[in-house]
Amino acid sequence: MSVLLFTCILLIGAIAAGLVGALTGLGGGVVLIPLLTLIFDVDIRYAIGCALVSSIATSSGSAAAYIREGITNIRIGMFLEIATTTGAIVGALIAVYMPTNIVAVIFGLVLLFSALMALRKKNEEADTVERSTLARALKLNGTYTSPTGAVDYKVQRVMGGYSLMTLAGIISGLLGIGSGALKVLAMDTVMRIPFKVSTTTSNFMIGVTAAASAVVYLQRGYIDPDLAMPVVIGVLIGAFAGSKILVRADVKKLRLLFSIVIGFLALEMIYNGLTGKL
Amino acid sequence: MSRLIKTDKDVATIVGRLLRAGVITASMVATLGGILFLIVHRSDVSDFTHFRGAPEYLRSLDGIFSGLLELDPRAVIQTGVLILIATPILRVVLSVFAFALEKDYLYVVITLIVLAIISIGMLGDLGG
Repeated sequence: MSVLLFTCILLIGAIAAGLVGALTGLGGGVVLIPLLTLIFDVDIRYAIGCALVSSIATSSGSAAAYIREGITNIRIGMFLEIATTTGAIVGALIAVYMPTNIVAVIFGLVLLFSALMALRKKNEEADTVERSTLARALKLNGTYTSPTGAVDYKVQRVMGGYSLMTLAGIISGLLGIGSGALKVLAMDTVMRIPFKVSTTTSNFMIGVTAAASAVVYLQRGYIDPDLAMPVVIGVLIGAFAGSKILVRADVKKLRLLFSIVIGFLALEMIYNGLTGKL
Repeated sequence: MSRLIKTDKDVATIVGRLLRAGVITASMVATLGGILFLIVHRSDVSDFTHFRGAPEYLRSLDGIFSGLLELDPRAVIQTGVLILIATPILRVVLSVFAFALEKDYLYVVITLIVLAIISIGMLGDLGG
């Protein structure tokens, strides 16, 4: 295929990936890897490099909007970033020694898990009882404004959340994705942080986590400009369009549909990994 | 500086602007590089089915910047990628100052630890 044609098709594909990523809340990178490997027959290592850069782009793009709304808890984010950046560098190091078909299987499993997470019931309630002295010492408890007024929330099980965040970082570094689903699981289910805060704080962290492993991947040649150019631009356009649609329309059915599609893509990644095709 | 930046909200506004500026600059540079790239290489054949890795000069700051000075299209795109990677890192740097202004020294230390970990990835020659 000529460079011109390949670039154009890739740009369209990346716009679609960014759109689906924004509508499902999974992020652009997660949809990109199956798109590039299964449909465009791109080596998974190039796909990982592209996805990583796209995760940074969409995270920074949407974080700009979230921060102004003031629901991101910067202290929780910064404290947990010690865990995710350490994990991300470890993950990027492990990636060198891991056969690509096993990377594909792990990716498929994470994707499947993320699709299920996107559909589950969210933790809307704020936990108002203070039980963790560590959370107080680290000043993690916070307040956010909801339509019904200011809500105080208390963070629980800090070390449990920290451990799960290290795992999220490793996965992110290994697969080149934001692993937002794991981050939200750690904050939401373990630390009992209300959904609104955990989602935006996770997004805040994705860019920093991805940047930590991106510097390693750049040195390793995983980030190829021929692919990165159409992919990053496309994902940004798609994510921007997606965020506009999210404001206007009720996307529940659309989200369900996309999650099912992503579930099938995940199974195909696992199958191709097991049969050694990826 | 401290007279102008007083509250969390001011810091948030600055961080928000930084992120937006980073993403916009990065995409503009990448688009410019992309146009140059398509002009020069449009009829080449794309093949990414086997991993060879990006050309050696596109894997280090030195190589990318010297390529940029020669307006090498791939180096221009890669500069856009570098700006994108630098954006969240710059944001962490900015947070050090923001926490220092609030006299929250615990978080100055925490933020510096995060920066140190990212620097290990950058300078530790972990590319392998």
